Amino acid sequence: MAKALGIVSFAGNHVRADGLRAYRPAGAFSFLGRYRIIDFPLSNMSNSGIDHVQVYIRRQPRSLVEHLGSGRHYNINSKSGKLHLLFTENNLGQDIYNTDIAAYLSNMECIENAPQPYVVIAPSYMIYKQNYDALLNAHIESGADITLLYHSTDNAKERFLNCFTLNLNKQKGVLGLEINQGNAKNKNIFMETYVMKKELFMDIVKEAKNISSMYTLADIIDLACDELDVRGISHKGYFAAANDFHSYFDANLSLIDFKTANSLFQEDWPIYTRTIDSCPTQYFDSSSVKNSVVSNGCRIKGEVENSVLGRGCVIKEGAVVKNCVLLSDVIIGKDVHIENFVVDRNAKITHAKEVIAAESEPGYVKRGDKL
Amino acid sequence: MKQNNMLAMILAGGRGSRLHELTNKVAKPAVSYGGKYRIVDFPLSNCANSGIDVVGVLTQYESILLNSYVAAGRRWGLDAKDSGVYVLPPRETADSNLDVYRGTADAISQNIDFIDTYSPEYILILSGDHIYKMNYDKMLRAHKENNADATIAVLPVPMHEASRFGIMNTDENERIIEFEEKPEEPKSNLASMGIYIFNWKLLRKMLVADMKDPDSNHDFGKDIIPALLNDGKSLYAYKFQGYWKDVGTIDSLWEANMDLLDPNNQLDLSDPTWKIYTEDSTTLPHYIGSDANIKRAFITQGCIIEGEVKNSVLFTGAKVGPGAKVIDTVLMPDSVVEAGAKVTRAIVSDHVVIGKDAVVGDAKSEHIELVSKRVKGGRIKWLKH
Repeated sequence: MAKALGIVSFAGNHVRADGLRAYRPAGAFSFLGRYRIIDFPLSNMSNSGIDHVQVYIRRQPRSLVEHLGSGRHYNINSKSGKLHLLFTENNLGQDIYNTDIAAYLSNMECIENAPQPYVVIAPSYMIYKQNYDALLNAHIESGADITLLYHSTDNAKERFLNCFTLNLNKQKGVLGLEINQGNAKNKNIFMETYVMKKELFMDIVKEAKNISSMYTLADIIDLACDELDVRGISHKGYFAAANDFHSYFDANLSLIDFKTANSLFQEDWPIYTRTIDSCPTQYFDSSSVKNSVVSNGCRIKGEVENSVLGRGCVIKEGAVVKNCVLLSDVIIGKDVHIENFVVDRNAKITHAKEVIAAESEPGYVKRGDKL
Repeated sequence: MKQNNMLAMILAGGRGSRLHELTNKVAKPAVSYGGKYRIVDFPLSNCANSGIDVVGVLTQYESILLNSYVAAGRRWGLDAKDSGVYVLPPRETADSNLDVYRGTADAISQNIDFIDTYSPEYILILSGDHIYKMNYDKMLRAHKENNADATIAVLPVPMHEASRFGIMNTDENERIIEFEEKPEEPKSNLASMGIYIFNWKLLRKMLVADMKDPDSNHDFGKDIIPALLNDGKSLYAYKFQGYWKDVGTIDSLWEANMDLLDPNNQLDLSDPTWKIYTEDSTTLPHYIGSDANIKRAFITQGCIIEGEVKNSVLFTGAKVGPGAKVIDTVLMPDSVVEAGAKVTRAIVSDHVVIGKDAVVGDAKSEHIELVSKRVKGGRIKWLKH
């Protein structure tokens, strides 16, 4: 059994992917056709040998609970392992009180009772591959109190806005956490991934509540940097976050490039998800598909370019789909031309023949909507 | 056993030797079909969708893969309490030696003890190597309405082909009056599909007697059905309408895959009310490159297509390199057609690589080429001589 308890946190208030989030939490966002974003942290944990995982859910649990089920599809041992869904037991409905700290406090007993001496905390809305076992070993070896995972980017002006960044000294000691306000290109984006002793984690959570009910875990760790040995470890490879709508759209399209996808999906590191037993995709005589990622169960008669298709999408004759992310069971009708859009599941576009947004500002079609 | 008190036994021991190298290491029911399935997924999914909870799978020939495959009953949802898929290879018991299954009936006889532990009222006998969707619960209802001792599913075949099948001659109420195995002059076109429902108590008695008969072939078609008719038992035919295929040869396996490309194909694997369940794969959705050209194809997850694919079925993880052409072809799991290669009218076996610029198969050939070994690259090999 692994030395660490896995915790998948919910997205904080700075995560605002407009449109999609009206229906489900960020962890349940469909990603690259057949996945949900939460598949990434859960597969990372499962592949790292962590088989006791707590998933925290803040609101709209339906799609997430349905997707996670018993956790069997994540290869978590059904007897000795455990996938535990935990909810914020906070009835105030006020977002300012609905912090991750509040959620950990209301489930403190479950954390305390877990036998593992360490915790690995990972976010539900970020997409990356990481061996947490290696990270934990590096943490133990360094003797640090807390280890934080970060990714150096030169794209911080456009992406990861309002995410935390790490202020590091030369020895990779963390001096503090700051919000990325998009004022510089190069930043160390904090991947909201923490490693520490479980006892320390519980102390920090209790301390946060004593200082301010609004504090998040990142806020209190920012304060703790003065007294504790907090260190950063740099992450290499693919990294994206669904912190806003445009980032979500971009992250999907970026993985159409197979070389990019290869840095995230590797044979010895499977990304698990829930199967829904759709049949293969059928291409008809009139189809023309280029540079795209296509899930099972689609029926394609039209033209698709530079797009990601979820399961069970139907593209009719004469339709043109360009630079789009279609979630599952979307119907694009005859001769419809759609470009630069995210189309939520079960939407049906048949009457509007030109649905085109600017590349710089992708559009969104609501779940189950008819155009 | 709660749902309809019927237990299913799937006969999955056959080799399918006319499938050549495809069944060198796996039994015919484990042969891949339709992009992501194995043939045995069809009877197993039909059972799950028909409300049958307990399924025994009788394996014999090259059964390692098949055993481990069907033992994971949860793939088909057959893993609730009192539900399960049980792999039943021949075994040694206290009162008999280890014997191979000598015939279809003997395979059931050797597992009477297994069936008795569930004491079902009805037993359904199926073949593990047919591709079709069928609601066995409807067949059971007909069986009960007719107050039958046994019900046999039949498929109307073209009259001129009837002499290749076991033919049921029935009266106007579908009661079977005669059974003829491959008759030279068939009187009817109702071919037995090898799907039987029996009242278990009666079949049990028949099997016990059959085991003691030294002249018996221990076969349902040759021995059990004729004996029941001789005894004046009431046997009924149950007419099946829809897609049904026994893929005995490379040509027919290819054809069955090509049938899926027909926009009006009757098998309709996309029907959400009758899903065919199979092994879950952790591969990505399929990737299509910027110079790909795909027309009339059935493609599943894990494939990477950079070249041309026409009128073909691609299985999990198949790869088509840049400038490669795949035409009228079935690419089995993880097969690779490298850049510039051309494959026509072929089945490429799983994990087989067609080298760069190689040319395989012939658009005019009568039979389908089975490629089961690596093909070396090089377009104009003869220039080297």
